[in-house]
Amino acid sequence: MLNNWLYIGIFFIIALALPGVAIFLAGVLGPKKSNAEKRATYECGIETVGETQIQFHAQYYIFALIFLIFDVEAVFLFPWAAAYGQMSFYAVLEGLIFILVLMGGLAYVWKKGVLEWK
Amino acid sequence: MPGFWQDPIGFIANLLHSLLIGWGLPAAVVDVILSVLGAGALAMGAMLFVIFLIWYERKLLGRIQDRLGPNRVGPFGIFQSFADMFKIFTKETITPQGADVIPYNLAPILAVAAVLLVWAVIPFGVNIMGANLSVGVLFVLAAGGFGELAIMLAGWGSNNKYALMGGFRAVAMLVSYEVPMVLALLVPVLLANSLNLNDIVRAQTVPFLFTAPVAAIVFFITQVAESGRAPFDVVEAESEIVAGFNVEYSGLKFGMFYVAEFLHAFTVSMLFATLFLSGWRGPGAEQIPLLGVLYLMIKTFLVYFIIILFRGSLPRFRIDQMLNLNWKVLTPLALVAFFMTALFDKSLAQLGVVGNDLGAQVIRTLVLLVVNGIILWLGERWLSQATRPVRRDVRLTKPAVVDRYPGAK
Repeated sequence: MLNNWLYIGIFFIIALALPGVAIFLAGVLGPKKSNAEKRATYECGIETVGETQIQFHAQYYIFALIFLIFDVEAVFLFPWAAAYGQMSFYAVLEGLIFILVLMGGLAYVWKKGVLEWK
Repeated sequence: MPGFWQDPIGFIANLLHSLLIGWGLPAAVVDVILSVLGAGALAMGAMLFVIFLIWYERKLLGRIQDRLGPNRVGPFGIFQSFADMFKIFTKETITPQGADVIPYNLAPILAVAAVLLVWAVIPFGVNIMGANLSVGVLFVLAAGGFGELAIMLAGWGSNNKYALMGGFRAVAMLVSYEVPMVLALLVPVLLANSLNLNDIVRAQTVPFLFTAPVAAIVFFITQVAESGRAPFDVVEAESEIVAGFNVEYSGLKFGMFYVAEFLHAFTVSMLFATLFLSGWRGPGAEQIPLLGVLYLMIKTFLVYFIIILFRGSLPRFRIDQMLNLNWKVLTPLALVAFFMTALFDKSLAQLGVVGNDLGAQVIRTLVLLVVNGIILWLGERWLSQATRPVRRDVRLTKPAVVDRYPGAK
């Protein structure tokens, strides 16, 4: 078990190192003739105007928020699903009621019109 | 010591283990060295495999579009990708003005690493797998989250408006598609009673495609969306936001995003084959694990072929259509499918239809298949009504004035 996590840790380092080393090598091998024109921010044929890293529309934020709620609730469901085989019928019913609450949440959000992209 | 054909990885590991111990190294160090070798071989194999995948996909797309595809370098153009790879190594990488250097440089590395990480837990054969994690499914989800993070970092770090828009879209879209994906993933976990990917493969006497088709369909669609390819490529929509999150990347940094995209598409095919098409299972795969690798690859390429067909034949969704599809079709479908599967499977167990004998398996599969069919049929009927967007009145003679900022003056 511990060996498996050791493997995952090493794999993570290697997975980061492979593209990292490749990019580094390409940086060494490639030409280095940078100038201000090249480094200019891309825009469709014109100079870019104003700040880029601006505040963004609240719409994106709301979707991220709904995602957060559903994902946390789904994480609660994973242990329930993994233990499903050993559970009695009533324990399963309790889980099903939890899913019904989730569906209720989705219906509420839908009814509120939050899911409309404006 | 088992023979090579029964357990190739174990055989080589044992051989190296006894060799290194023989050199007088402590056992802990030997474990680390073997892990490094195994992980390195798997990761390198995956990266080299991409070169072949790119050729395969370009060739197929060419055929779909009535072209030949790459056909100059080597037989059938198979070395085209090698030529491209060597060329991209010699290209200049330009860091744009005002870029946030850390996220900008971290993003391509994370994008590749996130996809590679999934390979660490996929069972390629009965005993050919990187790490036999007891929480494999959760690990896959976590690794998927990394990929989205990479796209957001790229969008934010590039100091470019198109890239930023791509990043915004990634927040709304990729993150949204994770919800039905997680819910669909719960169904195989529920049917196999385990989060371990190898246990899930073992539990598929009948592939879960037949016992949970709705979950399979939802999972497939969300995975295509997560890998950010057509028809779900709004984060890099060429005709709308140029190239989206990777517009400011050049040289091998762009190349890494390219590699990540192709590898992601293949990895999700492999995940689908593992979770719903019974992975490495097939005649003789228990005795000869390498045969299991072959079966998994055949199934994976089947799914990958469908993903390429998607890309070659479907037009891109608008972002509002994508979000509608996600929240109003896939999420309710996944929730209902999960609910019904849990209810009916337990009811069958209560009635005594349980165990691995043929009769029980047939009855269970038929009941779940019928339930899923009814869900799909009713869902299609109801959702096509409920999610139809309200048509705007197009007979206006002059454009309607919308007061965007009421009370501004």
